Amino acid sequence: MGKKAGTPSLEAVDLHCTRGERKLFGALNFTLRSGELLRIGGANGSGKTSLLRIACGLLEPTRGEVRWAGENIRRLQEEFWRQLVYVGHANAIKDDLTAAENLHVACTLAGVPRQPAQIGEALRRLGLAGCENLPARVLSQGQRRRTALARLALSEAMPLWILDEPFAALDAAAVEHVQDLIAEHLSRGAAVILTTHLEAKITAAALRIDLETS
Amino acid sequence: MLAAFRCVIHRDLLLAARRSSDVLTVLLFFVIVVSLFPLGVGPDPALLRTIAPGVIWVAALLASMLALQRMFASDHADGTLEQMLLGATPLGMTVAAKVFAHWVISGLPLVLISPVLALQFDFPQEFLGVLALSLALGTPVLSLIGAIGAALTLGLRGGGALLSLLVLPLYVPVLIIGAGAAEAAVSGLGGKAQLLLLGALLAFAGAFAPWAAAAALRISSE
Repeated sequence: MGKKAGTPSLEAVDLHCTRGERKLFGALNFTLRSGELLRIGGANGSGKTSLLRIACGLLEPTRGEVRWAGENIRRLQEEFWRQLVYVGHANAIKDDLTAAENLHVACTLAGVPRQPAQIGEALRRLGLAGCENLPARVLSQGQRRRTALARLALSEAMPLWILDEPFAALDAAAVEHVQDLIAEHLSRGAAVILTTHLEAKITAAALRIDLETS
Repeated sequence: MLAAFRCVIHRDLLLAARRSSDVLTVLLFFVIVVSLFPLGVGPDPALLRTIAPGVIWVAALLASMLALQRMFASDHADGTLEQMLLGATPLGMTVAAKVFAHWVISGLPLVLISPVLALQFDFPQEFLGVLALSLALGTPVLSLIGAIGAALTLGLRGGGALLSLLVLPLYVPVLIIGAGAAEAAVSGLGGKAQLLLLGALLAFAGAFAPWAAAAALRISSE
C-alpha cells in the first residue's frame, strides 16, 4: 500500500440525500484518511445504507459529491471501484453455488481472481472449514454472512472497505474474527467505513457520524 | 477483464445446469405453442407449409420473452447485481456476458429443435437449414434487445407485463426479416438478403445493446 497514514482518501462534500419526499440528511461533510475507521450510527431508517450507497457510487446524492483522492467518484467509475470492497446488506450469495464458488465469483468480479487454495484458506479463517463445497442453500444465515465477509480476508490490497452491518447475523466468534480483519486492515493503512449497532472494540482512529431521524 | 467475462458466462451456465427446469420450461413452451397451430388450423399441407416460418418465429419470440424477466431478477434480489455495478470490469462487458449466457440457455435450444418442429408443418427439407440459420442469427438479437427492457423494468411491480409491452414492438423488425428469410428461400428467391440483414442487426445490437442495458441497470438500481 503506497499510501502513508493520514493522507485524505475519501471526502464527502456537502452531501444531501432525499429519497422520495423524505429528506434523509443534508449538508454532510467528512474526510476519511487512510488508516481511519468511520462508524456510521443512527436509528433504523435514518439513511445509513443510503449514505454507504452514495459513498460507493451506487446512488447519486441529491446534492454534493464524494471524492476519492481529490476526484469525484462518479467520474472515476471503474478506477475507484477497483480499489473498493463493498459488502452490502444483501450477501450476493447464490443458493445453487457452493461457498467456494460464490467467493470465487465475487473475487473475479472485483478484478482479483483467486486460486482455490487461497479461497479455501479465507473460508477457513472465517470458521467455514468443511463448508467449502456445500451449496449455499444449506448454509445458515450466519454462515452465508461469513461467506460474504470471507472476501475481506482476500482483499488486503484494497484501500477502502465499505461494510453495511457487517456483524448482523454473526455469532460472537465470527464478530471477533471480522473485527480482527478490520483492525489488521486499518493497521495496513487502509480506510474502512461501516454501520453497526454493536459497540465494536476496534481501537484504531475512529470517526463517528450519527444520523438523526428528522 | 476477460477473466470476469468468462467467469460470468461460466457462472450463469452452471446455475442453469443446476436448475435445469428453467431451461426446460422455455423449450417446452416453444414446442407446445408451435404444435398447437397444426391442431388449430387443420391438416391442410399447403397452408401449413406457408405459415410454418411465421409460426415458428412468433413462438420463438414469445418463448424468449418468457425467459427475459429472469435475466437480471435473481442477481438483483440477492445483491450480486450491486457487486457487478461496482466491479472492476466495465458494466457493459458484464452485461454482454450475461446476455450471451442467457442466449445459450434460452435461445440456442430453440434453434436446435426448430428443424424438427418444422417437419410437423411439412416444411421442405432442403430449406430447414435457412430456417435454423435465421433463428440462430435472430434469437441473439432478441436477447440483446430484451436485455435493455429487462434492465429498465427491473424491480418494478408488474414488470413482466410492462416488459412485454416495451419489448415486443422492438422485436417486429427481427420478426419480419427472420420469418421472411425462410419464406423467400421456399419461394425460390433465396433468403440470402434477409440473412445478411439479420447478421447486420446482430452486429449492431451486439455492439450497442449491452451498453444501453448497462446504463438502464444503473438507473433502475438507484
